[in-house]
Amino acid sequence: MIRFAGDSGDGMQITGNQFTDTTAKVGNDLATFPDFPSEIRAPAGTRAGVSGFQIRFSSTDIYTAGDIPDVLVAMNAAALVVNYKDVAPGGIIIANTGNFTERDLQKAKLTTNPLEDGTLDGYRVIAIDINARVTEALAGSPLTSKDVLRCKNFYVLGLMYWLYSRPIEPTLEWLAAKFAKKPDLADANRTALRAGYNSGDIHEVFQGRYEVVPVENALAGTYRNIMGNHAVALGLVAGAELAQLKLFLGSYPITPATDILQHLAELKEFGVITCQMEDEIAGICTAIGASYAGMLGCTTTSGPGLALKTEAMGLAIMTELPLVIVDVQRAGPSTGLPTKVEQADLLQSLFGRNSDAPLPIIACATPADAFDCAVEACRIAVEYMTPVILLSDNYIANGAEPWRLPEMDKLPRFPAAHITDPAGYAPYTRDAKLARPWAVPGTPGLEHRIGGLEKEHITGNVSHNPENHQLMSELRRDKVLGVRDTIPTPEVSGPGEADLLVVGWGSTYGAIRSGTERLRREQNVSVAHLHLRHLWPLPYGLDEIFARYKRILVPELNMGQLSRLLQGEYPDRRFLHFGKVKGKPFTAREIREQITAVLGGKS
Amino acid sequence: MSAVQLTPKDLKSDQEVRWCPGCGDYAILNATQAVLAEIGVPREKMAIISGIGCSSRFPYYMGCYGFHSIHGRAAAIATGTKTANPDLSVWVVTGDGDAMSIGGNHLIHTMRRNVDLKILMFNNQIYGLTKGQYSPTSPAGQKTKTSPYGSVDLPFNPINLALGAGATFVARTVDTNPKHIKSTLLAAAAHKGVAFVEIWQNCVIFNDGAWKDWSTKDARAERTIDLQPGQPLIFGKDNEKGLRITGGEVEVVAAADADVWDPTTAAPLAYIMAYLDEREDLPHALGIFRQQTKPTYDGAVKEQVERLTVKKGKGDLQKLIYTKDAWQVG
Ligand SMILES: Cc1ncc(C[n+]2csc(CCOP(=O)(O)OP(=O)(O)O)c2C)c(N)n1
Ligand code: SF4
Ligand SMILES: [Mg+2]
Repeated sequence: MIRFAGDSGDGMQITGNQFTDTTAKVGNDLATFPDFPSEIRAPAGTRAGVSGFQIRFSSTDIYTAGDIPDVLVAMNAAALVVNYKDVAPGGIIIANTGNFTERDLQKAKLTTNPLEDGTLDGYRVIAIDINARVTEALAGSPLTSKDVLRCKNFYVLGLMYWLYSRPIEPTLEWLAAKFAKKPDLADANRTALRAGYNSGDIHEVFQGRYEVVPVENALAGTYRNIMGNHAVALGLVAGAELAQLKLFLGSYPITPATDILQHLAELKEFGVITCQMEDEIAGICTAIGASYAGMLGCTTTSGPGLALKTEAMGLAIMTELPLVIVDVQRAGPSTGLPTKVEQADLLQSLFGRNSDAPLPIIACATPADAFDCAVEACRIAVEYMTPVILLSDNYIANGAEPWRLPEMDKLPRFPAAHITDPAGYAPYTRDAKLARPWAVPGTPGLEHRIGGLEKEHITGNVSHNPENHQLMSELRRDKVLGVRDTIPTPEVSGPGEADLLVVGWGSTYGAIRSGTERLRREQNVSVAHLHLRHLWPLPYGLDEIFARYKRILVPELNMGQLSRLLQGEYPDRRFLHFGKVKGKPFTAREIREQITAVLGGKS
Repeated sequence: MSAVQLTPKDLKSDQEVRWCPGCGDYAILNATQAVLAEIGVPREKMAIISGIGCSSRFPYYMGCYGFHSIHGRAAAIATGTKTANPDLSVWVVTGDGDAMSIGGNHLIHTMRRNVDLKILMFNNQIYGLTKGQYSPTSPAGQKTKTSPYGSVDLPFNPINLALGAGATFVARTVDTNPKHIKSTLLAAAAHKGVAFVEIWQNCVIFNDGAWKDWSTKDARAERTIDLQPGQPLIFGKDNEKGLRITGGEVEVVAAADADVWDPTTAAPLAYIMAYLDEREDLPHALGIFRQQTKPTYDGAVKEQVERLTVKKGKGDLQKLIYTKDAWQVG
């Protein structure tokens, strides 16, 4: 585990991305977690300006990027103070002393130098004046001294390659291609990279090198790295194709969901239509209008945008049109912490509409899983003629992991039926799944009227009849509950009976999976993990699972949402909430400690 | 005109029309049914999309596809429908509150994008459905249930708003003149691009007579002027008066000296005609304020998809997913 931290302008993202690609090429499983500062370029040297990139790799399956870094590279004083607390005791901290001057300390709001005042006792601190080393290595370069200093991220990258026994060739090639038109820059960065790599040998700064061998039992297949937002975009295109529909996206830019719109805007040759609308309401409304016209309507947003879409979701529920709503959750109410992670929109998704307005909800666990979940959301929307909410979050959206690529022609299809036969047509008849027929404007003989007013069962005429409203409310509820018939009971990871079951959803998957596995492996703790992809309706068989465990712990990045839902649905069990709302994901260590505390009777 | 032959009856649905007796909406409904029967579009290719309000009940009474949506959002929903299937003739029916208040944002953006929609805004200067509150077009001082001492809001001029938002077709008609509604809607239907039509509509219950100074047969002759392409700007009981615009100022002249109206001009004459609303001494303008040709949004979206599909070849998802940097395990 390495975390690179520096100023937004220090190129930490590039460094991290290069390390990620090279690591993937040598065959390690990996997960990354870029931590962008909210102002893309906050003032250099300040705490707000700290940009980080974290990567974890191992020779067994890994589930989170978010555990304790073994190595922190801090390019300046601010980067150090913001990050050092996350480093495991005994971990390595590499600090660029070139950016620990009086002014740097001031900008980081420090009165004393943490490298000297004992702050870092218990860590292995390696202080290197990277600025000086880079300047040294690039003496004679035609670049200005300012540009020379900008090569320091490649020096650091070289150092890390040495430490983890990675080849530097892929990055050398990448640099040649990237700066083909600027040979001076390419040369300088290559020199800096080599200098960093060689310094490991020459200066004996480290006690030893780390060798991480390739994953042994990885499933065979073709892999590539994918970020969550990109996976959602591809999944939506795939879902539309499997439904034999064209995809329509109505959206309004919002962090951290914007990438999905950007990715889809490129895919015109797939017949994908993207409309960047005037606001989130127009985003969902155009999508509803497109679904009405027979496309697969879709809208992407984050929490504040989801709030704006509320009323229109009710319209889609009432008119029973297919629609996929993607919410890439971010932290906090209102504008909150736009670039930080939280999973606190679950109850908004479930209940955040006027009246009883049920819709299916699913959540993805990892960047690669986001593809499958997007396909699943399309399937449910089309088969059940309903809006579906797909929950992702900032951690998944901007995290990357290797994705085992699907064979498109092997994925199950779910062709949508636009009906054409006027015989016996009425807009609110229902099939076995309780879905109503999809009659699209342009089809002769099926002219009909729909709308947000309550509809009469079968005919779809406006109806104020009390019995009809009761019936239609029940039908809407039962249709959504019926989705249970087509989703599997999730599998428990770990023993079928145990002292503790940890139940999670969304992006906490990795932390919980590795936390529980390690406790079982290393300390023989009686604990199992259940991950829920479908949050509404909940799959069949959960109560039987819950019954087999003495206690149930529900860790979530919120103040208690899934735990509340489960408590309401399964009142005979007791669900212990374990929450964290710091804008950061759980670490596996936090999960382990909480499990230990619960089983030790401390919680 | 194509071979499709419809009668107004084909455009009626089986639902009972339920506006108050005497409501101006009836005349607009009848005229619209007559127009849609004439435009040569088959019934199944027409979709009427509305928001919420008395006026927005409209789709239920039409024998084509219809969508009665939520308050203010009809223009956005219709944008999705038209963009998804540009073959449809998509009409938006909305009220002064629906379009200019809660739906104001969608309205202006739909107009600036030039989505090929026909937007009929029934302006009764009141919230009818919610039983009589002032609207964004109610004149200042109007007494309503929520402005018992007179409204202190200054109103929008819908025509000016539409012109300013860049609508390519802007017109106004009135519920007391079915012939004029028909000719206006026919021109709107023939226009390729967004058509914004303000229809002065009488709400007999909550704002009766709001337009009577201009809308009765006699008042119309003296106090309105009909803007028709290529026609002189004349008015009066015997069409004896005319308007001439010189240096931004409008003056009444003899009919023979009247200017000829050109709604296609780039000159800001349409704004001047909308501004007549503020003049007591001059007639208010009806008819076609602007009629210009620009690329449509839905057309441009379709064109991009088609062009890039030709250029890159039809998308192959398998190829898209299996990128060059993929690697093999096992
Ligand atoms: C979100 C929302 N807010 C408020 C209302 C209540 N409402 C319904 S119609 C309306 C005003 C309608 O006025 P207008 O658009 O002028 O239509 P009219 O009834 O006059 O034809 C209002 C405020 C609503 N239905 N939905
Ligand atoms: S309230 Fe007014 S606008 Fe509504 S139906 Fe009655 S007369 Fe027409
Ligand atoms: Mg009104």
